[in-house]
Amino acid sequence: MTKQKSLEEALQWIHDGCTLMFGGFGGIGTPPTLVEGILEKGVKELTLIGNDTGFPWIGIGRLVTEGRVRKVITSHIGSNPNAGKMMEDGRMEVVFYPQGTLAEKIRAGGVGLGGILVDVGIGTTLEAGKEKVVVDGKTYLVEPALTADVAIVHARKADPYGNLIYDKSGRNFNPLVAMAGDRTIAEADELVPLGELDPESIVTPGIFVNAVVAGKGVNWQWVWEKQAATGSQGEPPAK
Amino acid sequence: MGVGETSRDRIARRAAREIKDGMVVNLGIGIPTRVADFIPEGTHVVFHAENGILGAGPSPAAGEEDGFLCNAGGYPVTLAIGASYCDSAIAFAMIRRGAIDMTVLGALEVSEQGDLANWIVPGKRTAGIGGAMELAQKAKRVVAVMNHVNRDGKSKIRKQCELPLTAQRCVDLIITEMAVMEVTDEGLVLREVMSPYTVEDVIGCTEAKLVIPRHVDRIT
Repeated sequence: MTKQKSLEEALQWIHDGCTLMFGGFGGIGTPPTLVEGILEKGVKELTLIGNDTGFPWIGIGRLVTEGRVRKVITSHIGSNPNAGKMMEDGRMEVVFYPQGTLAEKIRAGGVGLGGILVDVGIGTTLEAGKEKVVVDGKTYLVEPALTADVAIVHARKADPYGNLIYDKSGRNFNPLVAMAGDRTIAEADELVPLGELDPESIVTPGIFVNAVVAGKGVNWQWVWEKQAATGSQGEPPAK
Repeated sequence: MGVGETSRDRIARRAAREIKDGMVVNLGIGIPTRVADFIPEGTHVVFHAENGILGAGPSPAAGEEDGFLCNAGGYPVTLAIGASYCDSAIAFAMIRRGAIDMTVLGALEVSEQGDLANWIVPGKRTAGIGGAMELAQKAKRVVAVMNHVNRDGKSKIRKQCELPLTAQRCVDLIITEMAVMEVTDEGLVLREVMSPYTVEDVIGCTEAKLVIPRHVDRIT
């Protein structure tokens, strides 16, 4: 049994209006080949869930820049000015959570919990409209779990069962996101035969993964590469 | 102030003096990131990053960058000996659990009780929260680095914050280009004044009530 699929097969689960959760932090660990495929497929009206909106031409930021996103549930949009503009213009709804709360909401969804109790944000405007509970004399906000129709992650290596290991700081939200999708698509830079990954070093057990797609590698210029040359925030990848 | 040293570097240099050997430290984006450049050689610090690095090292040399080894701001770093990777939930577990000895954060406003506002100016474009709320609320020691006044000359060190808070009563020390102030139970105490400013200059630029001890250090 192999979960290896072509890009087209894997993308069949992603359609207009669906909720798409993505791994990555500033674009690092966001699957480039899947993002490219979603763009080319023409999917729109997406609700995104993930740490941040990348940079204008890096990571998930490309979907935002191309106007494919209706709503985003995130912790930060500062590195993508297009996201800020669309939020101001009312073209895109943005819901902010503290980064660690967002990570745990996603993890809770992935591990079958209804939500989390957290005291981060108490005493701030984030309290507004949220249910509170007192446990052992301490007040917590109730933060419901997050799941998604489809989750996309970027792994360094995957085997046919979908066992995944990640790439340094590219791990970030990926192992959490991988568990929280009704369907999870993993893009891997390297596909290896079953049995080749050391069971001790597998980060995401393949049971959470529905499809494995061969990645074509990062197809954007990192912001620090671009800045070294021009000081700008990157540009569209060459077609 | 060294010849040509910017006020940002001066603030960063002062903040670096707060970092003691053996600390686990998280540096925010902006002026805080520069603090790492001023830590004395021989001081061993474990740098924590929200994207899942415990033990981040200095920036790599040009040409040695790895696109998959970056700090929370998206810029390449290296690893210190003994470093580890984790996912972002674990990275925030370290923060929420109280394992971070100190964080240095930028600030829009700080109140004399140590309330911090640094994530949103209503009606203006907002970058979002990022890890600021967890760090402000849960790090053992919070150092706020900021300009003393805003572009309109209005004090950012206030009796009460006007902007929405990041966290209540969380800041321990404020470092600006003019002064170093400590939040205490007795109020906001002026500890140091940066040359060429005087105690009177600092009082004049501070909306918060400052407690002025008999001795205030002068930093040149």
